[in-house]
Parts: sequence; C-alpha cells; structure tokens
Amino acid sequence: MKAKDIIKNGLIKENPTWVLVLGMCPTLATTTLAINGLSMGLATTFVLMMSNIVISLLKSVIPDKVRIPAFIVIIATFVTVVQMVMQAYLPDLYDSLGLFIALIVVNCIVLGRAEAFASKNTVGQSFIDGLFMGLGFTWALTLVGMVRELLGAGKFFGITLMDGGMIMMILPPGGFLALGLLMAWINHIRRKSVKKA
Amino acid sequence: MAKKAQSTLVNMLLSLTAIALVAAAALAALNAVTKAPIEAAQKAKVENAIGAVLPKFDNLKDQTVDGCVCHLAYDAQGAFVGAAIEAGNDKGFGGHLQLMVGFDTEGNVSGYQILETHETPGLGALAGEWFQKGGKGCIVGLNPTQGSLTVKKDGGNVDAITGSTITSRAFLGVVNDAAAIFNKLEK
Repeated sequence: MKAKDIIKNGLIKENPTWVLVLGMCPTLATTTLAINGLSMGLATTFVLMMSNIVISLLKSVIPDKVRIPAFIVIIATFVTVVQMVMQAYLPDLYDSLGLFIALIVVNCIVLGRAEAFASKNTVGQSFIDGLFMGLGFTWALTLVGMVRELLGAGKFFGITLMDGGMIMMILPPGGFLALGLLMAWINHIRRKSVKKA
Repeated sequence: MAKKAQSTLVNMLLSLTAIALVAAAALAALNAVTKAPIEAAQKAKVENAIGAVLPKFDNLKDQTVDGCVCHLAYDAQGAFVGAAIEAGNDKGFGGHLQLMVGFDTEGNVSGYQILETHETPGLGALAGEWFQKGGKGCIVGLNPTQGSLTVKKDGGNVDAITGSTITSRAFLGVVNDAAAIFNKLEK
C-alpha cells in the first residue's frame, strides 16, 4: 500500500470517527470544549502511533492465540506514559480529561488498527497509519468540540465571541446532536466528491 | 516476512512474559522521572489556591482540624490575617466537591477556589465563578461563622446557580463546614 493512500484513508476515506464510527465514548464525552477535543485527539494519536510501531515490530514473535492480550499490554503501557507525562507537565489538562485518558486503552480505534493494520503491515506503513488515523480522529474531535463550544458557551477555543449559549449543546444530548449532524454533512460532501471523481 | 511464531504453550508464555516485563520496566523508569514533577504540580495547585483565597500574608502554618487541612496565614509581625481551609462533601450533583475556602480574621469569606469537582458542565460547573466577587450569588464578604449560609429557596440570602440547586446546596454546605472548622482553629 502506498503512503499517500494510507494518509488519505486515515484523514478522510476511512476516518475513524466519520466513516468507521469507532471510539464514540471519548468523542462524545471530551468534546465540550474545542481544546479538550484537540488534546484528547493528540493523546490518542501518540498512543496509536507508538502501539502501531511496536506491534508491527513484534508481529512475528507474538503467537496468534495470545495476540489480543499482548496488544492490550503494549497499548496500556503507552497510555500510562501519556497519563504520567500529562499529570506531571500539564496538570490542568489532566484534570479536565482525567478518566478519559486511561480509557484510551479500550478505545476501539487503537486495538482496531493494531489488529487490522499493524499486525499485517511493515513498520513504516504502520507508523504512517497510526499517525494519520490519529490525526483523522483529532480533527474530527476538534471540529465537534468547536461546534459544541461555540453553540453551547459562545466561545472559540476559550475566546468569548457571543454572550452565553445553549447549555444543552455542552450536555450529552448536544454531543449526540452535533456529532450526528456533522457526520451526515461530512459524509454527504464525501460521497459527492467520490461521485465526481 | 519472517515465519510467524506458533501458538504453542511455551511460545505464548515466553512472548507474553517478555512483553509484560519490558512494559513494567519502562513504566517504572518513567515513574522515577515523573514522580517529582507530579508532586510539585499538586503542591503548586494547593499553593495557588491559598494565594487566591486569602488577603496578603507572609507566613503560613498548617493545622489539621477534624481531618481537614487548614492553612493559617500571618503577616511579617506575626499577626493572624486569615485562614484557608480545605473542605469537601459528597452532596454535589456529580459526587465529591472539594473547596479551598478563605476567611479573614473576623470569619468573613475572603475567597474560594474549587479543588475538585464533578458537576455538570454549563450548569453546576459554573460554581467556579457564580459565588465569586461580582458573581450573581456572591458569598465573598458574607460571614458563615455567625450563621449558616443557605440558598434563597431554603430561606437564606444566597442566589442559587440557575438550574443547579443541588450543586449550590452542596457548595454552601462545604462553606458552612469550613466556617465551623474556622471557629475551632487555634490562631
């Protein structure tokens, strides 16, 4: 597979949020603010990239029957790394993302890419796949966060644009609404551009 | 591609053990590096909160009353200027609510900071600004050591956060508890 195709898959064609619809729990829970969505996306990108590299390196020494526990240990290690580093150097961000960092371990995107991609492809390809799947997740989360923050609190990345907003958009129903409508809109554009090409 | 390891018992045991050992060693090493910064960050958070809730002071003395950590502040001459008290309860809408409440010498609230909260974003989470000076339910300057603060709905004189009476009650409960502790302090 060519690097260009892997990049395109991660960002658009097989975008984890809009197309594969994986990892919905952190997507809904952390996107009350754009900055939280962005940080959560980047934390997941790091884990995805590192676990993809290591799993691809070890794919021939991990027997098939124990591959899932092996993958989970590797993923959990990198999640703990993110957690400890964030707690030490970005304590405020850690307070607002808290529990959801630990939950990256069970994010289906990470295990999904390990199983579907890293365990079958070369290290280089797996690295590109992890990085761009992560960035695809990041831009989706940031977009949902931007919409919810703007409509819910009248702010753009913490800068006040309007006075107040609809509190509902920050609460869980607003998360479902924003995610669903954005998903419909983005897939509409995506289908249209596929037809043209 | 190299031949894949077969799923024999020995292979499975060896590969999983090796992966777990390497992972544990890597995390232990990282823990040694990040332990000090994590503790420093937590300490800085408490110190910032003390600075934000108290009038100007030069020295701090810590005292523990009824299991709550209290920070007593003194000026350069050794005169008592106020106390910051860490208190909390589990009556919040989302569970535990932990505050740092500052009192001046008379027991008037000089400020507060939220240390831990699980309140609803956009509703209960507004407690961070709502009860501050200039907020709609300002408690700064009120004196809970003379009589408990309660929301208007319960016959008190503090405006509850719109749509978050439970959070407001829990919040004022913590402030009242802190005031009770303030009365017990040896200044």
